[in-house]
Amino acid sequence: MYSFEPSDEQRMLVDAARRFAVNDLRPAARESDETASLSRSLVDKGWELGILQASIPEAYGGFGDRSAVTGVLATEELAYGDLSTAFAIGAPALFALPLLLAGTEQQKQQYLPKVVGGEWRPYTSALVEYHFDFDPHALRTAAVCEGERYALIGEKAFVPFASEAPAFLIYADLDGQTQGFFVPANTPGLQVAPEREVLMGLRPLPMYRLKLDAVSVSAEDRLGGPAGHDLGPVLASMQVAQAAAAVGVARAAFEYARDYAKEREAFGVKIAQKQAVAFMLAEMCTEIEAIRLLAWEAAWKLDTGNADAFTGAYLAATGATDMAMMVTDRAVQILGGHGYIREHSVEMWMRHGRGFSAFNGFAIV
Amino acid sequence: MTIEFDVPKPIVQFRTVLQTVAEEMMRSRSRYFDENEHEIPWDYIEFMHTAMRAYGSGSLAPREQKPNGGNGNGSKPRPPIAYQLMANQIETLAWGDVGMYLNTPGGGLGAAAVQAAATPEQKAKFLERFGGEKPTFACMSMTEPGAGSDTSSIRTRAVLDEQTREWVINGEKIFVTAGDKSLTEYEKLGRGFVVVWASIDPSAGKAGMRAFVAESGTPGLRVVKLEHKMGIRVSDTAALSFQDVRVPFDHLLGSPTVERTTDGFKGAMATFDATRPLVAASGLGVARAALEFLKEKLAESGVQIRYGLPRQKLTNIEREVIDMDVMLRSAWLMVMKAVWMADNRKPNALESSMCKVKAGDVTTKITQKAVEILGPLGYSREFLAEKWFRDAKITDIYEGTGQINRLVVARQILGYSGRDLR
Repeated sequence: MYSFEPSDEQRMLVDAARRFAVNDLRPAARESDETASLSRSLVDKGWELGILQASIPEAYGGFGDRSAVTGVLATEELAYGDLSTAFAIGAPALFALPLLLAGTEQQKQQYLPKVVGGEWRPYTSALVEYHFDFDPHALRTAAVCEGERYALIGEKAFVPFASEAPAFLIYADLDGQTQGFFVPANTPGLQVAPEREVLMGLRPLPMYRLKLDAVSVSAEDRLGGPAGHDLGPVLASMQVAQAAAAVGVARAAFEYARDYAKEREAFGVKIAQKQAVAFMLAEMCTEIEAIRLLAWEAAWKLDTGNADAFTGAYLAATGATDMAMMVTDRAVQILGGHGYIREHSVEMWMRHGRGFSAFNGFAIV
Repeated sequence: MTIEFDVPKPIVQFRTVLQTVAEEMMRSRSRYFDENEHEIPWDYIEFMHTAMRAYGSGSLAPREQKPNGGNGNGSKPRPPIAYQLMANQIETLAWGDVGMYLNTPGGGLGAAAVQAAATPEQKAKFLERFGGEKPTFACMSMTEPGAGSDTSSIRTRAVLDEQTREWVINGEKIFVTAGDKSLTEYEKLGRGFVVVWASIDPSAGKAGMRAFVAESGTPGLRVVKLEHKMGIRVSDTAALSFQDVRVPFDHLLGSPTVERTTDGFKGAMATFDATRPLVAASGLGVARAALEFLKEKLAESGVQIRYGLPRQKLTNIEREVIDMDVMLRSAWLMVMKAVWMADNRKPNALESSMCKVKAGDVTTKITQKAVEILGPLGYSREFLAEKWFRDAKITDIYEGTGQINRLVVARQILGYSGRDLR
C-alpha cells in the first residue's frame, strides 16, 4: 500500500527533533556560523535524542533497529535547525552505520557499544578526496596488499572531528573497489593536518585533511573482514541522508522567505501579494515536496531491500542538489539586499544550499 | 500509519491489463487519429465500454466505497484506493495515447462534477446511464470566449421560469472536452449530458454560480464548432451554444438559493481538487512514454546512462536523462500523495494543485527535451516523440493553467484569499 504518514513512533521522534531544532539549534545557528564554533552542549543534547542509538540493536548497546525512513525524517528536522550541528550530531553514525550494515560480528562487538553506549564521541569517517571530479566509486587513496595486511596510501579531505576522533572508518581503493578500513587514532602513518578546513559553509563543523603514509591495517580491520563488503548500501544510505538534509535546509530558507514576504511592504502591499514573489514561493514549496517524497521513497526502498534502492537514492541526492540550490537562492532573492547581508540567515542557507553538490558522505541514515 | 510505497496488488494487476490495451488499441492507432482529426476511435470506445462493464462499472470513476471496507468477518479492513487506482489507470492509458484516453466513455469531468456536487437522487438519475448497453459520454463546460481561468466572470445565465419550474439557460461555452460525443446524437452512443456552469444572480459574483445538467437533445443546445488543435487531436473539443435551453428544476446540482456565499463556486473548486491529480497523472503518462522512447533510442545507439556517477563525470545527455528521471518520479509521487489523501478523505487542495503545477512543468519539459535530444528522430513524424511533445502541452493548460495552479498553491501556503493575492 501507499501511505504518506509517519508512524506514531516516528512522529514522536520527529516532534522531539523539531522542538530541538526550533528551540535550541535555530537560535544558536547564526552566532555559531559567525564564530565558526560548535556548541558542544547542543551536540550532546542532540545526541540525547537517540537517533543513532535507536538504529543499533540492543545486543550492541543501542535500543532499536535501523530504519532509513525514520533517519530521513529526523535528518530533515535537524538540518532545518542547523546543518552544521546536525552533521556534528550525526558524525558517529558515519562510523557506526556502515559497520552495522556491512561489518562482521566481531567488528560490531568491538566498536558499536563504544560508539552508542554512552555520551557523544567523535567517531568519524574519511571518504572525500580533494579533486573536482571526486567519485566515491573511484578513489585515489589506495589500499595496497602487503601479505596479510594492507597499507593505506593517499590523502583525504573534509574529515569531521579528525583531530579528536578515537577511530576512523577510512575508504580506499582496493583493486578497483572502494573498501572501508577501521583505523584507530594514533596509528603510525596517519597524519591529521594541523589546520581546519575552511569552507564556504558548515563553518562551525571542524573538518580536517588526512594524510595516509602507508598506514598499516590488518585484514580483520577491513569493513566486512577479509571478504570485504559491498559499497552500494553504504553509499545509498549516505545519499538519502544528503537528500533529507537538503530538504531540511531548503524548508528553513523557504519558510523564512515566506514569512518575510508577508511582512515586507512595497507599493502599498505586502510583497507576497505580488505574483512575481508568490509564484517563486509556490515553486519553492512544490520542489521541496517533490524531493522530500523522492527521499522517502528511496529510504523505504533501502529498508525493504528493493532492487532499485541504489538508483532511487542516487536520484534523490541528485535532485536534492538542484532543489536546495534553487530554493535557497530564491530565498535570498526574495529578501533582496536584506538577504545578502548577514543579519538574516538566508545567505547562510544559500551557502549551505550550494554545498550539497559536495556533501558526499557527510551524513548517513 | 506509516510511510510506504508498495504498489497495491489490484493496481499492479490493472496496470498490466491496461498496458496491453495501451499498446494494442492505442499506440498502434495514435498516428492515424493524429492525422485524421475529428474521426472517432470507435474500436477503442467500444472495447473500453465492454471491458468496464465486464468489470462491473461503466466508467473509470471510483465506485462508492463503504466507510471501513470490512467484510464483517473480523478481517482487517482494506484501505481505500479508488483514486489511487484511477490515477494509475489514467497514467497507463495516457502512456498509450492521452488524446484517446480522453475518449474513454463513462462521463469524464461531467460525471466527476455530478459525483462531487450532486444529491443522492441526482447521482442516481445522472450516473446510472454509464453502466448501460451503449458507451456514453458526459462533459463539463465552464470556459467561455471571454472567461477562461477567471471563472467568476462567466456570462452564461440561468433564469428560473416560475410557471414551469424550469431553468432557462443562455450563453456560449468553448473548449468543452468530449462535448461532441456527449451531446451529438450518435447511434452507437447512449444519451449524454453536459454540466454547464451559469450564474443565477450576476450581481452576486461567484456566489451566484451554479452547475446545471443539460441532456443531449435538449432544444436550443447545439454543438456549434469542433476545434482544430496542436495536439490531443483525437479528443474532440467543442464550442456549445445555449439558446433558451430549458432544464427541469432538479437539474441544478446542489442548492438553488443564492446565500451570498461562495458555496456554489466552491463546489466547482472541490471538483478540481479531485480531478487535478488525475489530469496530472495523464500528463505523466505522456512524459513516461517520451522518456522511455528516448532511452530506447539512445540504447540502440549504444549510449548508456551511467547512474551513480558524480555529475562531473557524466556526459550532457546522461545528465539530461537523469534529471528527467528525477522530474518524472518525483512528480508521480506527488500525484500519488494527492490521490492517497483523496482516498483517505484528507483535504488535499494544496497537494492536488502542487502536483498539477509539477506535472505541467515536467510533462512539457521532458517531452521538449526528448525531441531535442533525439534530433531528426525527434522532429520527424515517423516516430511519436513529436506527437507526444504536442500532446503534452495541454497538461499545463487545461484543468487550470500552471499559473492558476501556482496562484492556488501560493494562496494556500501564504494563508491568502483571492482578494489578498489576485
